[in-house]
Formats: sequence, C-alpha cells, structure tokens
Amino acid sequence: MAFPSYAGKLEKTWYYVFRIICGLVLFFLMAPIVVLIPLSFNAEPYFTFTPGMLSLDADAFSLRWYHDILSNPQWIHSMKNSVIIGFFATILATGFGTLAAWGLSRPYTPFRVPIMGLLISPMIVPIIISAAGMFFFYSKVGLSQTYPGLILAHTALGIPFVIITVTATLIGFDESLIQASASLGANLLTTWRKVILPLILPGVISGALFAFVTSFDEIVAVLFLSGFEQRTIPRQMWSGIREQISPTILAVATLLVLFSIALLTTVELLRRRSERLRGVKPS
Amino acid sequence: MRLVSKCATFSLALISVLLIMPCAVTHAGDAITVTSFGGAYTKSQLEAHYKPFSEKFGIKVNSVDYNGGIAQIRAQVESGNVTWDVVDLETQDITAACDEGLLETIDLSSVPAGADGTPAAGDFISGAVHECGVGNIIWSTIIAYDKTKFPGEKPSKLADFFDLKKFPGMRGLSKRPNGIIEYALMADGVAPADVYELLSTKAGVDRAFAKLDTIKGSILFWETYAQGPQMLADGEVIMTVSANGRIFNAIVKENKPFAIIWDNQIYNMDYYVVPKGSKNVKNAMKFVMFATSSQALADQTKWISYGPVRKSSVPYITTYYGTSVSMKPHMPTAPDNFKTALANSPEWWADNQDEMIKRYNAWMTK
Amino acid sequence: MSDQTSQITTADGTPLKLSLHRAERAKKIRSFIFLVPTLTFIFITFLIPIADMLFRSVHTPEVRALLHHSVKSLQGWDGSGLPDERAYHALAQELKLLKKERTLGKVALRLNYEKSGMRSLLSKTARKLEKIHEGPFKNKLIGIDKRWGERETWAVIKLLGKRFTITHYLSAFDLKYDVDGNVIAQPAEQQIHSKIWLRTLWVSLLVTALCLILGYPVAYLLATLPLRISNLLMICVLLPFWTSLLVRLTSWIVLLQKQGVLNDILVWIGIISDENRVRMVYNMTGTFVAMTQVLLPFMILPLYSVIKTISPDYVRAARSLGANPVRAFWEIYVPQTVPGIGAGSILVFILAIGYYITPAIVGGATGQLISNFIALHMSKTLNWGLAAAMGTTLLAGVLAIYWLYNRIVGIENMKFG
Repeated sequence: MAFPSYAGKLEKTWYYVFRIICGLVLFFLMAPIVVLIPLSFNAEPYFTFTPGMLSLDADAFSLRWYHDILSNPQWIHSMKNSVIIGFFATILATGFGTLAAWGLSRPYTPFRVPIMGLLISPMIVPIIISAAGMFFFYSKVGLSQTYPGLILAHTALGIPFVIITVTATLIGFDESLIQASASLGANLLTTWRKVILPLILPGVISGALFAFVTSFDEIVAVLFLSGFEQRTIPRQMWSGIREQISPTILAVATLLVLFSIALLTTVELLRRRSERLRGVKPS
Repeated sequence: MRLVSKCATFSLALISVLLIMPCAVTHAGDAITVTSFGGAYTKSQLEAHYKPFSEKFGIKVNSVDYNGGIAQIRAQVESGNVTWDVVDLETQDITAACDEGLLETIDLSSVPAGADGTPAAGDFISGAVHECGVGNIIWSTIIAYDKTKFPGEKPSKLADFFDLKKFPGMRGLSKRPNGIIEYALMADGVAPADVYELLSTKAGVDRAFAKLDTIKGSILFWETYAQGPQMLADGEVIMTVSANGRIFNAIVKENKPFAIIWDNQIYNMDYYVVPKGSKNVKNAMKFVMFATSSQALADQTKWISYGPVRKSSVPYITTYYGTSVSMKPHMPTAPDNFKTALANSPEWWADNQDEMIKRYNAWMTK
Repeated sequence: MSDQTSQITTADGTPLKLSLHRAERAKKIRSFIFLVPTLTFIFITFLIPIADMLFRSVHTPEVRALLHHSVKSLQGWDGSGLPDERAYHALAQELKLLKKERTLGKVALRLNYEKSGMRSLLSKTARKLEKIHEGPFKNKLIGIDKRWGERETWAVIKLLGKRFTITHYLSAFDLKYDVDGNVIAQPAEQQIHSKIWLRTLWVSLLVTALCLILGYPVAYLLATLPLRISNLLMICVLLPFWTSLLVRLTSWIVLLQKQGVLNDILVWIGIISDENRVRMVYNMTGTFVAMTQVLLPFMILPLYSVIKTISPDYVRAARSLGANPVRAFWEIYVPQTVPGIGAGSILVFILAIGYYITPAIVGGATGQLISNFIALHMSKTLNWGLAAAMGTTLLAGVLAIYWLYNRIVGIENMKFG
C-alpha cells in the first residue's frame, strides 16, 4: 500500500487499525445472516454448533428441517399467502406508483412537493401508527381479517417505494423523445409503450421489487389486520419465535436469505442497465 | 423490448396460476368455524369435540387458532363481518365480551342434562353456565419446578416460590398480572377466600406488590404459555408459574423432570361462546351443546389434563391417550389438588384489569 | 386600430395572453389527472384511517349517546356537593333501559377506563334497580352503593358526557382530571407511560449515536476504496438491508441467548464459566444490539453518498500546510460530511422511535418501547382511544422531526440501495 510521503509511523499503524475496525463493523452486519445458514443444516434440534458440525462430520448435517417445512401445512399455507398478497399488492402498487411518478415528473404539475409528501407518507409514518389506523378503520368497513384488506394495506405501504424509484429514473428524461415520437405519427399509447416504458422499465421493475419485498417482509399490519386464514411467512415466524424456536425457522430463514440475495442482485443489475440506457456513466 | 414482452408474458402466467389457486377458504356446504388456542389444547378439542360432532351431524368444523382476548371478536362484530362461529374464550374475557354485547346469549333451558340425568343447573360447577357461553374446561395456574435442580428438599408450597433464601434461583412469571397478584397475597399468608376482598382496597394491592418486590431480582418474564415450560427445560429458571396442562404434557409426553405445586392453585374456566352476528348461529349453538355434554367433556381429558366442568363427566374420565396414565389425579379438581384452590374472579378482573396492567407494567420495568 | 395592435390575438381572435394562460392550465390539469388515481387510493386506504385514528383519540360518543338524559341533567351541576334528584332519576331510568337493551357494557367499559370500578358499579346498580320502580332515587342509589354519594363518580360521568375530551392524551402522559377538573398526576405506582416515552427517546438517541460511530468509518472506507473492492464490501451493507427483519431477529436470538453461539464461544475460550452464561437477549442489551444492526445500513448509505463526493485534495492541502492528521480530519474533513451525518442520523432516529417488532421480540420485559404499549392497548387492554392518542402523539413527533429532515436534506433526495 502506497502511503502519502507525509504519513508517519503512527499513521500507518492507524491505517491498519482502521481497517480492522471497519472489518469488525461489517462482520457485525453480516454475522447474523451468515450464522443461520450452517445451523439450518444441523441434524440435532439445537441452535448452536454441535461438536460433530465443527469437525465437519457428514452425519451432523441433515436436511431434516427443510423436509419439515414441506411437510408442515401451516408453512405451506403461509407461503402461499405471502405470494398471493405480495403479488397483488405489487401489481397495484406498481400501477399506481408509476402513474403518480409520471404525473409528478411532468413539468406543469401544480403543488408537486405537498403531493409528493402525501403520496410517500405511508413510508414516513411509523408502521405501528399506520397499522393502528388501518385496524380501526378497516374493522369498521369490514376489511379486517380479509385478503382484500391486507392487499390494500400492503399496496398503500408499497406505493412510496415505487414512486421514489420510478421518479429517480425519470430525472433527466428527455421530453423531446415524446415530441419526436408524436411527430413520427405515434399516438399516446404507442409512445408510452414503445418509448417511455422501455426507458423507465428498470425503475419500474426495481420499484415493483421494492413493493414486493415491503409486502413480503411486512409483519405489523399483518399482525393487526390478518386473521388466522391470512397468515403470511413473517406472521408464522413471529409466532414461531415467540412460542418456541424450532430449527425449522432457521431453514425458512435460510431460504429467505437466498431469496434476498437474488433480489439484491436483480435490483443491482437493473440499476446498471437503467444507467446505461439513460447514458449515465456507471458509478 | 424483449425485456418488456418477457415481463408481460411472465406476469400473465403468474396471474393465471394465482387465480386458479384458492384465494380464501370456501365455506362449502354446512360448516362452522371454531376458534381456539392452538397446540395441544386445540388437538384435544379436535379429537373430543370437532370430529365426533362432524360425524354425528354431518357439519364440517374448520379449526382456527388465536391468542385469546376479545380484540378480534370486537373487530368482527363492529364490522358486521363475523367469520368465527364458535370461540373458546377465557374466564377473564367472557364478562367483558358479554357486557359489550359482542356475544349471542345462550338459551339456558336448552343446555342438556348430564348423562346421569342431573339437570344442567345442578350438574355444572358454579359459574360454568354463563348467559353468554357454556364452560368446557377448568384449567389452573400452578407453579412448576425442575426436580433435578433441587437435590435436597423440594419446594411444596406456594410460599416456597417466594422464598429466595431456601430456594435460590431464577423464577418465571407471566407478563400479564392475572394470577400473579393473587399468588403474591396468598404467599403472604392471606386465605384464598379473602384475596379479592383485600385486593379491592389499595392496601391489599400495595401488599401484593410489596411481596412481589421481594423476588423482583430473580424473575424472568414470559409472554406466551409455551414459553414457561421452555424456560424451565432450558434451565433459564428453576421454577415458573404456568398452566397445569402445559406442564402435564412436558412431563408425560416429553419425559421432562418437572413437578407441579398445586398449593393455592388458581383455577379458571374456558367457555364456548358464539360471537354476535355469526352466520351459522343455529349450528354453532348445536355445537356448543354437543361439546359440553358429559361424554364430550370427559373425552377431552384423554388428550389434555384440564378438568371437565360437569360433575357427571367424572365417571367417564379414563387414561391419557396411548398410555396407561390415569387422568383423575392430574385434574385440577382432584380432591388432593383442590384443597387450597382459589377461583379466579372475572368480576374483579373486569373492573381492575386496566389499572393492574398499568401498575404491573410499571413494576416490571422498574 | 391602436386597440387591436396593443393586444396580440391568436387566429380565432382570443387574446394571446389568455390563450397561453388557458393552455397552461389545460396542461396543468392534464398532468394532474395522472395523480388523481393514486391520490384517491392513498386517501382511502391510508390517510382516512389515520384521520379516523386522530378522531378516535378525542371522540367520546358512548356516554353522551347512551346516558343522554343523565348527562343533560348534569349540565347545571357545578361540581360542588352532589347533583340533585333529577340526575339520579335520569340515571336510574337509563341504566334500567340499557340493561334491557344489553348496551350497558359499552358505557361501563368507557367509564371504567377513566375510573376503575365504574364497570361493576354500573352493572351492579342496574341489576338492583330492576326491583325498584319508584323514586326518589337519590337515597336509593346511594343505598345500593355509597359511591353514588361521592362527587368523583358524578364528575366522571359529566366529564365523559362531552362529545370531545382529551382524557386519552392526559392518560398517555400519566395525567388525569381530578374531581374539580384540574389536571393532576396519576398515582405514582401507576405512572408508566412517561417513563416509556423517555426511554424511547433515550434508546433512539443512543442507537443513532451507535450507528453513527459504527457507520462513519465504514462509509469512509467504502467511499475511498477502489470501486471493485468497495462494490464487493457494499454487499455486506446491502444484504442485511434486503433481508427480512424476522430473519435477522431470529438470528440474533440464536447468537445471543444463554445457550447460544456467542455464549458457547465465550465458555469455550474460557472467559466465562458454563454456569455464568451472560444474558444478552430478552432485555435492553438485546434491543440495542438488534436495533443497531438493523438500522446501521440506513446510516451508512446516506453517509456514503455524501462522502463519495468529497475530494481528498482538501485534507491533503491541510496536511501540507502543517495540520496533524487528527486536526486535518476534524477541522477539514468532518465539516464536509455534516449533510450526510444529518441525513443519516435523522433517518435512523425517525425509524428508531417507531420501532415495534424488534423490541417485542428481543426486548423482554425491560426493553419495550412506546410502540409496544400502543400495541398493548390495541390488543390487550382494548383501550383503543388511548392507543389512538398515543399513536397521534408519536405521529406528531415524527412529523416534526421529518419536517426538520426536509429542511436539511430535502424530501426528494431520499434514495435506496
């Protein structure tokens, strides 16, 4: 490592100490995610490494907790619920969010800042308050403990994320492209489909992913709004953790970690693609 | 562009798959939804009540779990979207729910007589037939301890739970004050009969909390009933307040070295109730009457150690399912266990619950 | 002619100014139309529920509606001495009616939140009144229960007979009205909420500070390393951000519990003995550790985006002018990162004061925050009005801080990933 000429001995020592500190912080961030994965293959119903696991004895590892997920109707049911609710909430949030982002980015839109504030308020308001408000109101109108109730709640919570990501891709959007398209004879729908959408698509998809993760990971609204029938994965984990941690939870958690790695990769690839499309230099 | 069309195709495929998937449970034909606490307890109801009921009347029973309390019932009744037909409700909640008008009233004349012919009024123990529900079990708040942690003298009285000198070690208590306040007073020498009268005075409550203060440093709190035995098994505590059924299961099914202190047990009842506005009131009532018959109540004891609320059920109590463990001595109502018992007072709790929860929380976080 | 030349018109004769104005308005409306569906949706599914909650926190309809006549006849009562026979008569009649209609519970419950014991007093009185048909009721009611001869009982009925009261807000801060309508503190042993508010503030501040201390070096490192390596390390920040909260909490329990991985390691190394395993979860420690880890990415990301734009030249210049490294860092570098520090800190703080799930799972009895009490009142004590009042107070706090955030960083600069 090349140090500047003025660097003293102390400074060089500090350089390494500093890196060690950073390493420790990064370890602190990653440790809880990494430690789950080997433990989920534990052959014994313990939450710690058995001597067999440490000596890499093949018998100490097993897939029994993964089999457990598949044979437990409650987990399967909650997975179905998470996918159903997440899917519909994502579709709705992406539609509403993209439309709003487009509206917000039009140069003539009045009251842009207050409207933006209102639209992203579900993200700002602490979730317990949103859940409380929704619980009181949805109970009144008969939406609590129903699928539509949860889908609407998750849509509202997901919309801000779509608006923000799509707005980001619309920054620097070249208005003349629309005029060019119109002058070549395309109608509004064609322009939207063939010109605008492809350009903002990466933003829309990552917005949709954000909305999906929001719904998929959401637990507070689910706690208050869902009945037993609408249990999602986080709800199932919540009761699992509070009643009795079975290693099955570790297996589910490991699967969810893999899932988040896949999502993270997708979002990162989309971001790069978007920057390339818009001609921004990759950062 | 390829990305666009790919995405569109993918979404379409996903939509069509999801639409075919069942979105909600369909209530086809005659069916009722019975809500209870889950785990081994629901299992006992499933075997002793739901299955025989379905066989006899051809009405399907959907089993749903919840964590107790009346928040969800209130939400359903307020919205007019009542999806639960029968709910298993605890003593402390039935009074409040009934007062609030959240439950259908029971036609007291339709509660059947016992199998030995005793009319319902004389057959049920006092309080078990409520204007808004019919009792099914008696369960008890008890103290459980780990025998292996006491090589010498073993604790045998409630007072031992509060005696840190004689039996040092961590104790488990619930995060809700129900039962705990009463325990503290009885451990301080108050007779069960005087507990609630004393608790209705400020001095009585102060005395209970003063007693709790003496063990404050050695307490771990648990939230759900499953956590008590778990903490005992993990060695986090040496004794804990718990429910007798949970500990029985740990002893008999999981061979844990636990024992129960029945001294000053506090017994509660669970009731079958019908939320107001249920879409199947008739079938729901039919279920309530069936499930609280002498035989059905006795059958439940094959699966869990909670006592039947009908006296006429006692002769039908046999052994624990799949074992030769006789259930009679494990019932809260067994004479040996019942000597110093205290009946939980739903009236007192309905009045003082809010104040007690606040004070107990303040005490916990002190 | 002069008239026409001074006013430029379009082909159809409209003045150009007006025509432009119209066109602009049409454009405004056309752009606004894109916003209408989403605004409507957010209004119905989100803003109305929040407004409904605000309303619920001050609205007390039960007593006014169900004890209508009693409340009316109490209007003239000045609070000194006992009300007159009119009030006793009205109350007796209404209690009988409510008992018959099975709606007594609602009133009793609401009054009981304000004064313990009111619930049973009402139901007991209503039960005994069934046998009493004639007045005067004053002595008869006092005969049923001597509390009907106390001013406090009537003061509560009068107080809650108003359409709107702030009793829930008082209760949220351990205050209440006394019999003469003065605001006083609740009995010391029942004071719980103000302590929890303070604790929530304190925990949030400390977590913010911890995040800043831990996050700053990492953000600096990420911003100054070559892109290839920093992108790789960035995964360590982003992956936790994308991982389910419940997964991370499960993992912290596994790591920190008494029979957990960390304790095992400590025992194995020999730092602690097997009997003296340390309790690191289900208490305040658990809340701190888990909250810091969960919120750290929210600190690192805004810091990183600010630090990345800072040129190293300034520090180099300071050094060449003779500043020692500490001084160069403290006086030249840190001030340039203040926008990032501000943004990250406020973001973490806002998120922290609303935290519910993390303290609920790893906080045990001593690590609970204000959100947990809101949930307690929603699902256990069923005092929805109090839950709403506490929620509204928290919301007001968050919005105030958010307003500050907006002033410092700007709402539109929010970024993810």
